[in-house]
Amino acid sequence: MTTEPATTTGTTGDFTIRAGFIPLLDAAIMIVAKEMGFAREEGIDLVLIRESSWASIRDRVALGHFDVAHMLAPMPIAASLGLTPFGGKIITPMCLGLGGNAITVSNAVWLGMSEHGADSSGDPKTAGEALRAVVAERKARGLPRLTFAVVHPFSSHNYYLRYWLAACGIDPRTDVALTIVPPPYMTDALAGGHIDGYCVGEPWNSASVVAGVGHIATTTSAIWKSSPEKVLGARADWAERNPDALAALIRAMHRASLWCDSGKNAPEIVELLSSSRYLDVAPSTMMTGLTGRLALGEDQPQTLPDFRYFARRAATFPWISHGLWFFSQMVRWGQTELTPATLETARLSIRPDLYRKALGPLGVALPNASSKVEGSLAMETPVATADGRLFLGPDGFFDGKVFDPDLIEDYVAGFAIAGGAPEED
Amino acid sequence: MTKADIRILVIDDNRIRASIIEEGLREAGYSRVSVIAEPRPMVRDIVEADPDVVFIDLENPNRDVLEHMFNVSRAISRPIAMFVDRSDRDMIEAAVDAGVSAYIVDGLKKERLKPILETAISRFNAFSRMREELDRTRRALEERKVIDRAKGILMRQRGIPEDEAHALLRRTAMNENRRIADIAQSVITAADLLSGGKP
Repeated sequence: MTTEPATTTGTTGDFTIRAGFIPLLDAAIMIVAKEMGFAREEGIDLVLIRESSWASIRDRVALGHFDVAHMLAPMPIAASLGLTPFGGKIITPMCLGLGGNAITVSNAVWLGMSEHGADSSGDPKTAGEALRAVVAERKARGLPRLTFAVVHPFSSHNYYLRYWLAACGIDPRTDVALTIVPPPYMTDALAGGHIDGYCVGEPWNSASVVAGVGHIATTTSAIWKSSPEKVLGARADWAERNPDALAALIRAMHRASLWCDSGKNAPEIVELLSSSRYLDVAPSTMMTGLTGRLALGEDQPQTLPDFRYFARRAATFPWISHGLWFFSQMVRWGQTELTPATLETARLSIRPDLYRKALGPLGVALPNASSKVEGSLAMETPVATADGRLFLGPDGFFDGKVFDPDLIEDYVAGFAIAGGAPEED
Repeated sequence: MTKADIRILVIDDNRIRASIIEEGLREAGYSRVSVIAEPRPMVRDIVEADPDVVFIDLENPNRDVLEHMFNVSRAISRPIAMFVDRSDRDMIEAAVDAGVSAYIVDGLKKERLKPILETAISRFNAFSRMREELDRTRRALEERKVIDRAKGILMRQRGIPEDEAHALLRRTAMNENRRIADIAQSVITAADLLSGGKP
């Protein structure tokens, strides 16, 4: 842990930054930045305000109540494209970590999947093929479609679930029904038979396994290795007027991310986050998501490779290629159109330049590139930096497709299953 | 369209607040108000209400669910969108400050919404004040219990009458620049520690 005072970068001011967050494990960096004093060291009075819905985060950022917020990665892009009420551009100057999500199905669906070859390896291909057989069987028998839940239309979960289903030959628009359920309600909705499966971050997958009402079919870090999760969203006009405050916040959160990534701090993170002020959940259910040691069903917990990380492998670097992948999926599913203007707007909402400006002076190893061809790294690989050594994690998609951010049009055109959703019942 | 024709739906899982808002709207002449206070909102409840205006409390975790329903559900025949009129930003901010979000169906005139929203905002604020008042009363009651217990301890330990015990607590609080309830709590904690009871 470093204790350099904030004044090393030549700024003197004390900043008050108002930040909204949703009680989820991936708000950890923000919460730790405040509670462990990293923000204070940078002269920031970080005021954290808990919200209950992404809609409220979105509105209160747009109306100026919050300067920054813990956000779903596609939200700043959607806001910048004008797809949200109140308008107002939002930028992504930092990512809050990689991985951490899973897809859970009900016991009944899992039973059917097991009969079609699904096993407890968490392999997305095997699980997806088994699910396709279940879906086809239900169709043949005239049974209603299975319903899957995600947390928000502009969420990584929505795009990861759809990507997985479609790559396995299940059309997410017609073969299943998709709905929205808040994370803490997922287990109840599954237990009550209102949904048959869902994609969400931990601890809300393990919660269903522990309650005995569901089985984890696969993880999003297996669907797309080292896939991005939540981001720090900042109001563009605030960021422009307060560059020093934003840089100080990025530095504080960078230090918090290193602290979070250190395994020995896991018990302290759990204690901090489980308190009633933050997540207000039982500490025992949170450990799994932190350590990546999950029980997928009734079997023993297993360590899932690269399930989640907060800092290493440039986990907080806001890759333009990550943002543009979300944009490509928004285009794919008809939420927006691909034009030179929309593409440019999406690209400009991702701000690795601000991240570099804040962390470069600290000697943090930063990748030379701000964008990469996603799916080209099969294993942990060293990359070129100006300063220090940096390894990136594997970044492949489970179906072997490669996303070149310079060829978005071809990429989107290459999907057999695509297009806007027919309306739901 | 008169006041009595406008259908208003209030979605709030706090039943007391919901009924206060409902009452306020009825008093203002809007007779067709319905309330959903269920933790699990259903499309059919919204369809039944067939609202022109929807209010959702901002703390409601189901806002994301409801917005999705408004957007994609075929059963909801009239499109419902958030009230985002930019010329009336003050109004929207007042609503968010009060803790309410407003949605309107396509076609409802802004002028018609304004008085309805004003009523909802004032009722939300009235509820917040009421809740604060309630919290204050509850705290005062709890503090009184603590002070009474501390007085009892002092009376037993020092063999003094009640008014002296009270005066002692008050004097100590003034000298230490702390609240009398805090001093009383310290007395109880100390007594528990000394008697070997639970802390």
